[in-house]
Order: sequence, then structure tokens, then C-alpha cells
Amino acid sequence: MTAETAIDENLLDPSRATVMDGFRVLKVAIKREPWIFTLSTLGSVLFGALTVADAWVLGWATNHVVLPAFKHGSTTSGLVWTVIGLFVGVALLRAVGIVARRLGAGVMQYRLQAAYRREVTAQYLRLPMAWHQRHPTGQLLSNANADVEAAWAPIAPLPMAVGTVAMMVIAVVQMLLVNLTMAAVGLMVFPLVTLATLTYQHFSSPLFTRIQALRADLSEVAHESFDGAMVVKTLGREAEETERFAEKALQLRDLGIRVGRIRAFFDPMLEAIPSLGVLGVLGVGVLQIRHGTANPGDVVTIAYLLTIVAFPIRSIGWLLGEFPRSVVGFRRVHRVLDEPVTTTYGDVRLTDDAQGASLEVSGLAFSYAPGQDLFTDLSFAVEPGRTIAIVGETASGKSTLTTLLTRLVDPGAGVVRVDGTDLRDLAPGELARHVALVPQSAFLFDDSVRDNIALGEDVPDEDVWAALRTAQADGFVAALPHGLDSRLGERGTTLSGGQRQRLSLARALVRRPRLMILDDATSAVDPEVEARILGGLLRSGRGSGGAGSTLVLIAYRKATIGLADEVLFLDHGRIADRGPHAQLLARNPAYAGLVNAYEDAREEQSEVVGD
Amino acid sequence: MTELLAAPGTVMESGEDISAWDTIKRGVAISPELRDGFWGTVLLALLGTAGRVVVPIAVQQTLDHGLKGQHGVDLRFVVVMSLIAAAAIVVTGVSSYWMTARLFTSAERGLATLRIKAFRHVHDLPLLTQNTERRGALVSRVTSDVDQVSEFLVFGGVIGIVSIGQVVVATLIMLVYSWQLTLVVWVCFAPLFASLRFFQQRLSDSYAVVRRMVGQMLAVVSEPVVGALVVRTHAIEGRTQARIDDAISEYQIASTRAQGLTAFSFSLGGVSAGLANALVLIIGIWLGQGHLWAGHLTSGDVLAFAFLVTLFVSPVQMGTQVLTDAQNAIAGWRRVIGILDTPADLDDPGPTGVQLPHVPLGIEFDHVDFAYPGGPLVLRDVNERIEAGTRVAVVGETGSGKTTFAKILTRLMDPSSGSVRLAGHELREIGFGSLRRRVVLVPQEGFLFDSTLLANALYGDLAAGPDDVSRAIAELGLGDWLAGLPLGLETRVGQRGESLSAGERQLVALIRAHLADPDLLVLDEATSAVDPALEMRIGRALELLMKGRTSVTIAHRLSTAENADEVIVFDRGSVVQRGRHADLVAQGGVYGRLHGSWVAQQSTT
Repeated sequence: MTAETAIDENLLDPSRATVMDGFRVLKVAIKREPWIFTLSTLGSVLFGALTVADAWVLGWATNHVVLPAFKHGSTTSGLVWTVIGLFVGVALLRAVGIVARRLGAGVMQYRLQAAYRREVTAQYLRLPMAWHQRHPTGQLLSNANADVEAAWAPIAPLPMAVGTVAMMVIAVVQMLLVNLTMAAVGLMVFPLVTLATLTYQHFSSPLFTRIQALRADLSEVAHESFDGAMVVKTLGREAEETERFAEKALQLRDLGIRVGRIRAFFDPMLEAIPSLGVLGVLGVGVLQIRHGTANPGDVVTIAYLLTIVAFPIRSIGWLLGEFPRSVVGFRRVHRVLDEPVTTTYGDVRLTDDAQGASLEVSGLAFSYAPGQDLFTDLSFAVEPGRTIAIVGETASGKSTLTTLLTRLVDPGAGVVRVDGTDLRDLAPGELARHVALVPQSAFLFDDSVRDNIALGEDVPDEDVWAALRTAQADGFVAALPHGLDSRLGERGTTLSGGQRQRLSLARALVRRPRLMILDDATSAVDPEVEARILGGLLRSGRGSGGAGSTLVLIAYRKATIGLADEVLFLDHGRIADRGPHAQLLARNPAYAGLVNAYEDAREEQSEVVGD
Repeated sequence: MTELLAAPGTVMESGEDISAWDTIKRGVAISPELRDGFWGTVLLALLGTAGRVVVPIAVQQTLDHGLKGQHGVDLRFVVVMSLIAAAAIVVTGVSSYWMTARLFTSAERGLATLRIKAFRHVHDLPLLTQNTERRGALVSRVTSDVDQVSEFLVFGGVIGIVSIGQVVVATLIMLVYSWQLTLVVWVCFAPLFASLRFFQQRLSDSYAVVRRMVGQMLAVVSEPVVGALVVRTHAIEGRTQARIDDAISEYQIASTRAQGLTAFSFSLGGVSAGLANALVLIIGIWLGQGHLWAGHLTSGDVLAFAFLVTLFVSPVQMGTQVLTDAQNAIAGWRRVIGILDTPADLDDPGPTGVQLPHVPLGIEFDHVDFAYPGGPLVLRDVNERIEAGTRVAVVGETGSGKTTFAKILTRLMDPSSGSVRLAGHELREIGFGSLRRRVVLVPQEGFLFDSTLLANALYGDLAAGPDDVSRAIAELGLGDWLAGLPLGLETRVGQRGESLSAGERQLVALIRAHLADPDLLVLDEATSAVDPALEMRIGRALELLMKGRTSVTIAHRLSTAENADEVIVFDRGSVVQRGRHADLVAQGGVYGRLHGSWVAQQSTT
């Protein structure tokens, strides 16, 4: 959280939602955008003043032009033009006020929205992977969109409401100067409006809290369901998915209707109160005239002043009406913003030599949940330039290990060192400069091939092609209609799994990492092609990864494992054996059973056939 | 999206070319609830409007005649007028309550229907079309765009109806006073009304941009959230943030531009009002002199009329405001309707469709060609019969057409020409419900929902229970794996199943498919991320389980092919070889080469 948005503690306490909280949100808004707020408020005050001026012009024209004209049966063209000039002049100025007020309110609202969206998305990028796994994409979209929008919804009516307050103050002072008793009756309008608004808040606030949560749920269901559209289709679960979505949509509908009922009750009330105030003033006024304590002119003035503020008072109602939704949205956004970012960085930078990096894991412990230890004390080291393969059963923790090696998660205990430096001591971005992970499931952006490889860095095309060549992706990329400029669609949906994996590999290669970790990164590639990729990687000094870069392979295929200088056999969270592939095959039956499965099966079958 | 590799003709409709009027008509047709009790609501609105006009007139009358009568205060008059006003306030209040409540009800109901229909339609679209729109943008169409419509209908709707009513009532009352002056007022507002059309077009364009930008923003935000791993491993947070910031700014700029236009068009109404006020007074004076058959128009009449003008002006201004908001809402509405307008070209024959029998299914491909729209042929004249109950392996290099074959076989796509038959029935004629129950495809990347392992497995058979799932797991030989999970079936799989490894996700997808109990099982590299020993175990288990059923397995680990009844070899979109493994090895050709390299890989020791 930046200092400028430091806010009152109470505001974030979800157990209470008061009108004061609504004002606190406004305070945050005004503090962040003081100038635009001032401008639009001035516009609003100008508008208010000219509304009063309009009445004055009418009065002046009545007394000086209309009445004399009817009396004398004629008027002068000078007066005629003055009347037109005054009315149109006031109207034009008022138009200026309107533009200033509305545009100002719009600019302020959209700037605040944009600022909060930037902050909330920046926070998404800062928060660790573990947090992301707990928070559905759809929810996060809703935080960045619907919740931010709700938080700043009161900004639209804000300048008008402030302008109204200015007008009201003038009106109230005038009323008090004219006649205290009648003013007192007329002023009853304000506490009544306040009371009605508070009651409205009381009833609607809990509903708005649920509505915002449901909006996010709806977005979550939609995003997940569209994400899994293929599974939905292949299993024919369209109806069930629609049911899941409809459940949320219908809940939202019912809450919307309930809010509507409440609103339907309070809106007319807010509208009626000022009118009733005028009637009250008339009643008291008549009595006072009869008692001789007031004259008709006083009643007219006070009634008129009350009518002038009657309509704008509703703008205060609109403002306050947005409060419950606003406070709820604000809190939901802040729940993300205030999430502590626990990842810390040091300032160590690694030397930029072309040599491979050394990797050292010592005493590593990790568990996803208490009591579910995956690793308790894992230690191994890889010397620079060496290639090791990590082999283990499905679910033996290999992928988790890659996330620890690349600091996507921090270990519970123990340490991972690259070139002797604890990963946690590296400066931000430093790890990525030296270490590249090619994950099992390749993720591509909806972007061109070039952008997907270069990821925004200024990489010459030759280097991109070189990386594509090593990844055996140059052929199909060259065949794409626009070559490197071809767009891939969201998550590269236009490509096959094997093609995606190869682009993902090229993306890592082009950065010339000194340590490269391949997490079964060629599982969807044809064996022939895979052999060419790995051969290229090792032969040409680990491809374009720089001469002698260190390589960690997670693999099942014997051809792949065979390329490694050494194999780590991972079993139940510990290193069960370590050594060259051939030695492990010879001495470790469990290992042999795992990697020889295909051969064994073939032999078995030929035996059966042979029978 | 010009360079996107997606084919033309399969793109999601933006809806932007539907006219405003058509949007409303179509929108109401899609959500018939919007029509429910519409006239009753209008009646209530008019009643409320009448009340709103009566109150100020009564007050005005009281002030003019009741207090300043010739004999001082006319108490009787004041009381009568006050009672009229009070009654009008009550009528307004009560009718407003009913009107608002009814509007909320019909709007919320109608929009829930719209949302649900649009959501369902997304799932009915062909895979290709679904992929042309980014998920985030698609989500915006069933969330934020619909919200926009709903906000307008309930707030704009109320104010719109009231405003129109008020303009009508004010005009009628003005006509009673003086038709000439009424004409003057309307003439003054004519340029405003004329300019509305111009502004509406502009506003419509700018709000279309605004809605599109919302979709784009959500798409750009969701991508790095889904791809959080890539963003972190390559430390491209800065660049990603810059892209998000751009999308946010574009949305902000589009919104601000629309708002500027709105403010400007709204302010014009005030100028018309000023002009009308001035001209009413001046022409009133002139009429008072007897011109234009005005008879005996008094100064009182003119002043009363000037007061009526204010009753006319404020609803006109509110009305223009509503029209502006309407453009925003219509822009959102269009985008939702755009989804529904996108053809679901894989038509479900529905209940009239053929119901597949619960028997092993034979497959016939009859001269099947396939090309993505505008692209080259990826399947070329495929003519294959697969006997019911056989196990077939499909092999070939990447891009040889294996996956396309699987997608056509499971009717995720229809062939460009030729036909496919299952158990003798044309694939297009089989009801989707029956097809999806009897035919199951397990893709390479099994998508899991953010729930428990159990819930994900049950996705294959909604009628099954935990015991069935445990049994299925045991039958597939995955008992050890399950036992290794501390929470067992209650393990949460995380977003898209990402708390599990890719191999484990494949296991869940297999369990799901096994529970679905299909007669034709199509596996597309379904165990590619699983360790070899486990893969072989699963393979053997599936062999037993699929006994007597038909299975088609796509794999580049040729161990599958070795065990299959028959192997079909694809090369560049055509079937080039077919037969038993041993015979094909003997033949050599494409299969010989593939197998050779597979064996070479395995023999590395």
C-alpha cells in the first residue's frame, strides 16, 4: 500500500458499514484527486448559483418588462434584447457549469478507477503463486472491474451533491433571516431526509455486500466454465454448467429484486419529504399571517427557497444511496491490496560469465499443508555445466521441486543456492536472468510468436530463429501465415500441445540462462523430434543457452535420461539413489522398474506371443 | 485480431452492427420478462407523473391566490389546495413504489434470463469459435455488460418513463393556457431534439468502444493471472504491468471521451430552456396585445406559463440524460446479443436425434476432408472403418492430423466434406446427450475445476458416489496414488487443477472418463505426463476395462501401438498405413521409421 492511500482502520472492518464509512471512502477519493474535485465542485456551485440567478432574472423581467408592458401595451426593443440576453447568458454560463461538473466528475471517477485497477493488478503480479492458486481468476477479474467500479460509484453524483450543500447553506441562511419559525419547520426536511437515508442504508447494506460477492462468484463460474469449455463439451455437461451459472445468476436476480423493493420504498419518500416540508411551511405560514407575525411575502420566499433545494436534495440521496455498494466494493478491493506480500528480495547480483551456474539444495523441507510433508530434508548439489536428470514416480514431488528451485515458492526450511547465493538474497529479476524453468504445461500469450519468445525484450530476429531452431520449432513457425508475426490466440489455442511446448522451450533458450530446468517440457513432442531437441541442446554447448550451462531435466524417457551426466532418483520425498543412469539401472530395481516399463512390457508381450 | 490464426467465419459476433432499435426488440424477445406488466408499469408511471405536476401547481396556486387574495389569507383555498397537494404526494409515492418495484422485478428477471441464455450459448458454440474470443472478454459479456443493461433498465427506465410522461402532461397543461406559447417552447427545443440524433450516433459509437475496452481490459488482466507462472519465472512483471496499464488507460480514455460527449449534449438542453424562457415572456407580451388570435392573454397567464416551462424543462433534461445512459446500456446489450447471434454450427438434433444403443460402437469415416476455414486441408480423404469392440492406436508425427481425427470422431468439429458414422448412424443425427454419454474423449491436458478430486471425478458421472469413484480408481490401478494423497478424495485440486502435477491431472481425467462408462473411448495423448511404469499399468487396466468396447488411442509412445489390435498411421493428413503392429514394422514405411526411433530411444541404457 502506498502512503497516499493510507486509510482509516475502521473503514476496512467488515462488520460495520455506516454512512461514515461512505464518507471515508469519499475522503480517500478527494485526497487523491483534489484538483479535479475542486474544479467539478466549482462547476456545480456555478450551476447552483445560476439556478438561483435564473429565478432572479425571471423576477426582474416580470417586474421591469412584463408587467409594465401589459400595463402600457408596449415595450422597447432594448428591453426585449436585455431579457433575451439575460436568459441566454445565464443559460450559457449554466451550461459551462454543467460541463465542468459532469466532465469533472467523470474524469475524477475514471482516474480513480484506473488508479485502483493499476494498484490491484500490480498486487496480482506481486502476490505469490500460492495465493493465486487460492483465488479464482474470475474473482480477481471481479475485484479489478466490478468492485473498483462500485467503490467509486459515488463520485458521479458527488460534485452535484457538494454544490447542493452550498446552495442549501445559502437557502438555509436566507430562510433563517426571513422567519425563524417557518424556517424551523422547513428545515425539518433535512433531518428527515437523513433519517430516511440512514434507514435505507441499514436495510440495503447487507444486500449490497452479498450482491458484490455474488457478482464475483458469477464471474468465477463463468471464467472457469469457459476455461474448461472443452471438457464441458466432451462430457456433454453444458446443461449442468448452465445450472451452476444459473444458480448464481438467479441468486443475484433475487437480491436485485429485493434491493429494488427497498429502493422503491425509499426513493419516493426522499422525493416526498421536501414537498411535505413546503406544505408544512404553508400551514405554519397561514397561521402566522393570521396572527400577524408574518406576511405573505415571507411565506412565498421560504416556500420558494425550499422548492429550489427540494430537487437537488435528491442528489444527496443518490450520493448516500451509492454508499453501501461503494463501501463494500472498496473493502473487497482492499482485501487484495492489503494482502501482505511476503516475498522479499535481497540485492545480490550474480556474475554474468558464460559458465553454467552451480545449484545447491540443502536441508530443504516443504509441505503444502501442516502434516503433509512432501520433503523433510532434501539435499543435493549440481556442479556448473553438468546435466542431471531427476526421475521419480508421478506425484513424487518433482514439479514441486522445480518451483522451489525457481523460487515460485519458498521452502519451509533449508535453502536453495545458485552460485552459492541463497535465492532469497538475490535482487528482484536477477533469478530470472540466470535461471529458466520450462514448465510441463506451456502457457502462451495471445500475442505474436516473436513477442511470445522475446517477452518484450529487444531480441534480434536471428536470435529468435536460433532459439526456435534449437527447440525444433523453426519449421512450423516458418509455415505459419505470418511467420514470427503470427498471432497465437489466447494460450496459443491455435497450436498443438507439442508446438506450444517447443515455443515455451524457445522462450527459455533465447534468454541464454546459465541454469535451465526442463520439467518434462517435451512430453507432448514426438520422440524423434524430442531426440533432436535434446541432442541440439547438449551438442551446441546446451543450445543457445550459452556454453556449458547447467541443465536439470525432469524426464521419464530413457533417451532423455540417458543424456544426463547423473540421475537423481526421487522416491517419497527423498533421494533414494544417485549416479549415472547405467549404474542406477544395474543396482536399483525400483529405478529400473520405472524407466524400463516400456521395454518390460514389450518383452512380456513377445513372451505371450511366443507362447 | 487480423493476424490471429483463427479462421475467418468462426469469430464471435461483436453485435456492434445491430441498430439500437433492433437491439431493444431483440433484447426484449430474448428476455420476454421485460414485457411482463409493462403497460401496468407505464400506467403507474403516468399516475406518479401527474402527481409530480400537481404538487408544484397547487403550491404555486396557494402562494398566488390563497395567501395574497383580495381579502388577505383565503384559508379555505389554502386548505383545499394543501389537501390536493398532500393527496398528490401520496399518490405519487404509492405509484412510484409500485412502478419501481415492478421495474426492478421485470428487469432483473429478464436480465437473468439473458445472462443464462448467453452463457449456455457460449458452450454450444464450436470449439474454434470459443477460442476466437479471450476468456476474460467472454466473461465480461455475461457479467459487466449485462450489469450495465440492468443498471440502465432499473434507473434509466424509471426516469425515462417518468420524464416522457412529465413532458406530455406539461405540454397538455401548457396547451390549456396558450397553444401559441406552447408552440414557442417546442420550437426552442426543436434544435435540441434534432441534435439528439446526431449525438446519439456519436454516443453510440463511443459507448461501443467503452464496452469493448472493458472486455479487452478483463482479457489482458486475466491472461497473466492464468499465466502467473510464466510471468514469474521470466520476471516479466514490468512488461505485463505495462500491458495491463495500457488496457486500463484505454478504457479510461474511452470512458472519459464518452463522458465529455454526454456532458456537452446534456448542457445544450439548458441553453434551449433559457431561450424558451425569454421568448415566452416576450412573445407573451406581444400576444397580450391581441396578435395571433391570442384573445385576452393576461400578465398572470404569461407568468403562470413561465412557471409551466420549468415543469417542461427538467424532464426534457432528464430524458436526454436517460438517452445517453441508454447508449451505454445498448452497447452492452449488443455484445451479449452478439453471442447469441453467433451461429452454433454444430447443431444438436435434440430429442429427435438418434439415441445410440449401449453396445460397442463401430466407426466409419467416409471420404472425410477437413480444413479450418480459409486454411489448407488437414485431413484428406480419410476412409476408414473401425470394427466395434476393437482397440485401435493412431500414430503419426505432430501435425499429421491425429488430433483432428479425434475431434471429428467425437464431433467437436464437423468435417468439411464426407461423413462419419457411429454404429451405422450419421454422427450429425445423433442427439448430443446420447453422443456425449456414449463417446468420451480424454484430451492431453485434462482441465480440472477448482474443487475436490471427488467432485472432478464425478463430473464423468453425476449419478455416481464416492464409492464408485474409489472403485474406479482401484480398477485403474491408481489405489497407491490415492493412498498417497493425505486428504484422499477430498484433496482440493486448485485453479484449473494446478495444485496437482500435469501427470496427476491426467489421472483425474482418466478416472472421470472411466466413470462415464463410454462405449467408445478416445484417448488423445491422455497419459503423456505420467511415469512409464504407471502408464503401462494404466494401459493394462484400460485394456481390461475396455474389453468388448471400442477404443481409439492417440499416442506417440508407441508402447500403446504395440498392444493395439490395429494401428492406423497418419502422415500429412492422410492415412498411409494400417494393420497390426508386427505387420507394419515388417512393412517399414512411415511406421517403420517412427517405431525405429522409438525403439532407439528405449534401448538407451
